[in-house]
Order: sequence, then structure tokens, then C-alpha cells
Amino acid sequence: MPSRPTPFPGSERIAVRNLCVDYHGVVAVHEASLHLDAGTICALVGMNGAGKSTLFKALMGFVRPSAGSIAINGLPLRQARRARAVAYVPQTESVDWNFPVNVHEVVMMGRYGAMNLLRIPRPIDRQAVKEALERVDLWPLRHRQIGALSGGQRKRAFLARALAQGASVMLLDEPFNGVDIRTEKLMIELFEQFRREGRTLMISTHDLAHVTSFCDQVVLINKTVLAYGETSSVFTSENLALTFGGLRLEGDPTTAVEPEPPQAP
Amino acid sequence: MTAVLTWLIEPLQQEFMVRALLVSMLVSCVCGLLSCYMTLKGWALMGDAVSHAVMPGVVIAYALNLPFAVGAFVFGVGSVALIGYIKQMTRIKEDTVIGLVFTGFFALGLTLISKVRSSIDLSHILFGNVLGISSSDILQTVVISVLVLSVLLVLRKDFLLFCFDPTHARSIGLHTGVLHYLLLSMLSLAAVAGLQTVGIILVVAMLVTPGATAYLLTDRFDRMVWLSILSAVISSVAGIYWSYWMDASTAGCIVLVQTLLFLVCFLLAPRHGLLAQRRRSPRASRFPSA
Repeated sequence: MPSRPTPFPGSERIAVRNLCVDYHGVVAVHEASLHLDAGTICALVGMNGAGKSTLFKALMGFVRPSAGSIAINGLPLRQARRARAVAYVPQTESVDWNFPVNVHEVVMMGRYGAMNLLRIPRPIDRQAVKEALERVDLWPLRHRQIGALSGGQRKRAFLARALAQGASVMLLDEPFNGVDIRTEKLMIELFEQFRREGRTLMISTHDLAHVTSFCDQVVLINKTVLAYGETSSVFTSENLALTFGGLRLEGDPTTAVEPEPPQAP
Repeated sequence: MTAVLTWLIEPLQQEFMVRALLVSMLVSCVCGLLSCYMTLKGWALMGDAVSHAVMPGVVIAYALNLPFAVGAFVFGVGSVALIGYIKQMTRIKEDTVIGLVFTGFFALGLTLISKVRSSIDLSHILFGNVLGISSSDILQTVVISVLVLSVLLVLRKDFLLFCFDPTHARSIGLHTGVLHYLLLSMLSLAAVAGLQTVGIILVVAMLVTPGATAYLLTDRFDRMVWLSILSAVISSVAGIYWSYWMDASTAGCIVLVQTLLFLVCFLLAPRHGLLAQRRRSPRASRFPSA
């Protein structure tokens, strides 16, 4: 059932150079740099207010950097957006689940950028949506109103939208919040498939156990990128202490830091 | 049977009644469609603001012998832009800014109407005058309605995505800023069309109630649109007949029928009505089905 691997040319997915973003003079991110290659699952770890959301917004082109540059697939952001290269998978808390749309319509929204002005689906769009829904096992539930899905199915519906979009870079905001172990396992399997297809995933997470279990790379952020690279070399107690505001951690870094409370929707 | 037919047909022998019915049905289509977006986006207060803020524009346009729609549109969009600007530049919350701006504009309108020499009747602006609508006003209403319906139909999916998930809309290259202000412009125009029928005070009902009623009846957007338009048209026609036979305020009767329709749906809607929710076990209503 898995669809054919989508070919994504080039080996560099995300290139951020000396990025600075400020809001009305207040620094949100300062001199941040990172490079992520194709086929990478990268965890984005930092405290609330450390600049994770700002970095996501910058990667989607929603905030104007005061300095520095961003390239996606080697393209400037504007072109990358036109190519629908970046998909954002929101936190479940930020979605209006009573909205009168069904699963198929939500996934079809991933294709809007490729359609004409009236957004009338072509056969190729229907096919992309069908493949995406089949991959996340939601094809039989495609006519359900999105709020009638369970928590795990809701997450998968939004992953299907990113798939239908054909994105080579996926930004996932707290994807494991409020999901059970079974759904979590299913999602990690999907993430690993995406990696094999050459997509790059950046996952903002509070659960540090995930970082060591399946993320190849990690970006530690606290107003700037403190460290990034292979999980084994970057995910150390010293670096985590820096990330979490000078708190000195002992022992296993995956258990020593208390997770932050989830953000309000 | 004959009595019912007389009740229905007799008013149609009056030309002003036919005109009123046709105009209010057209306005109902526009407001019914737009009210779906207002309901889903949570812009009821914005609708109230824009409809009040157009008042000085109407007065100035009449005084300068311009089409009232032009003045109303300028002030409607101006109020929206001002609300956005104040919100962005200060720490004041949006609902406060909306309350502040629309009362300011409305006060300006009231002051102008008391000082500017014109043939405008304040009560017609405040409470509508669909039974006495002039030919030029009908023409303006038709032009506005065709324009708003065309824009909403062409961009209906973009507006839907903008209401549902603006972040995604932006990330796939849609111009959400343009969609935001375009939808607010349509709101201004629909408010102008609606104030012919029910006046400035009650036009927000035309922009909110049909959409809210339809939202209780379906989980599909397309059906919601049709149900919303249907409930708006039924309310207008029934309201105008009611006002004719009762010799009561037309605007009041139209909005009262809308509100009654909403109350019926609130109680009896098959899935989202109060009785349906009561019938379902508390457990089933609290947890979504897997």
C-alpha cells in the first residue's frame, strides 16, 4: 500500500545562516545557524520562549529576519513556498475540531497551492489525496467530520495533508502531545518512512526520550542555536544545561529535565 | 385555503411589497452566504462594528449626492483598517479596539446627521426602510450583491481554508493578508446591502444568525451554505409578510423570524440540538468515537 517514494532532488534541505529575528526590538532569535540534509529526523529542543516557534515561523517565511538568510532545498524562501516545499503540522490544541469539513477535504487543502483559482481538484490531486490517506490508514474514514476522529487519527489526518502537499520539509509542532503509545509507534513508523523517501522532519518536542529513540539529529535552542548535529554528540548533559537556562543536569539527559507544561492553545 | 391564498397573494398586488420581497431575498442570499464565514471565523463582533461604522459614510454620501454604497464602503473598510492598525500598534485587546472604533464612527454619523442638511431620515438608516426602497437604492443593492456573491463564490475554498487554518494557507503560498481584508471588504459591502433591509442596528443579525442556525444542522460546509441562505430567505419573506399583516416593524419581524428559526434548531437540530445532546448518553457526547 505505501505509495512510491517521492523523489526530492538535492541533498541539503534546510540551510539557516546567522538568522536574527526580533519583534519590535525584542530579540527572539540571534545569530542562529544550522544545516539539515535530506532524509533527516531532527528534534528541536528548547524551553518555552526559547525561539522554537519563531524558528518555525522563519522557516515558513512568516517573519522577516532582521539579518541572516534561510534556504530550503537550496531555494530562497519565496520560491520554496511557491513550490510548497514546507509543510507545517500544527498542535492539535490549535485546531477548531468543530469546523464543518471532513477528513478528505482537510487533506485536499494540502493541494490547494497546486490547483487553479477555483481550487477544483484534478485527477492528480484526487490521486495524491487518496495515496496520502491510504498511507496513514484513514481512507475508510475519509467522509468523517474531522472532530469525529480519535486523537491519533486527527494527528494522522494532518500528516496526510503534509504528504498530499508533497512537502520535502515537514515542521511538526509537539506531534506526540496527548497520543497513546500505539499511535506514537505508528507515527514514528511513518516518520521513518518519510526519512527513507528523502524528506526532512523537524520535530519540536518536550519529551526528551523521543530525541534519543528515533531522531538522527538534534537542534538545541535558547534564543540562538546552542548546538546542532548528531544526537549522540550533541545531546549531552552540558548542552542540555545550557539549553534549559543553566540548570546543571546529572545522569541521563533524557530523564533529568522536567518537561515544560504544554502551551495554551 | 382561500384565506391562506388571500393572505399570500394580497400583499403582492402592492408594487412596494414585490420590490421589498425581491430586494430582501437578494440581500438574504448575500448575507446568508457571508454569515457562514462570519460564524466560522468568529467575526460577529467585527460584523457589528462594520455595520455601525458605515453610518457616517452613508450620511456624507447622501449630502454629496454620491451613491450611499460608496461612502458606506469607504467607512466600513476604513474602520476595519483602523481596528487592525490600533491593535497592532498598542497593547489593547481586539474586542476593546472594536468597541472603541465602531462607537466612535457611529457617534460621528449621529453628529453629522444632526448637522448636515439632507433628506435622510435617521430612522431609515437605523431600522431600514425596505418597503419604501427607491429605484436607485435597488440598483446599488443589486450591484453590491452580484459583486459580493461573485467574489465569495470564486474564492470560497480559499476563504474556507483561511477560516480553518490560516497558517497552512500561508505556508502553501496563499496571501492570507489579502484574504483577510477582502473578506472584511465583503463584510462591509454586505452590511451596506443589509442595512437597506433591516437597518444598521439589526444588520448584524443578517450577518450572523443564518450561519449560526445552519451550523447547528450540518457538519458539511456546502450544506451549511445552502441551509444558511435558505433560512435567511425564509426569514425575510416570512418577516415581510408578518410585518404587512401585523403592521409591525419590518426589520423587527425579519430578525425575529431568524431568531425563532435559530431557537427551533437550537432545540431540535438532529445532532447538535439540545434535545439530541440530552438523548445521547453523557459518556458518548464527551468522547469522540474512534
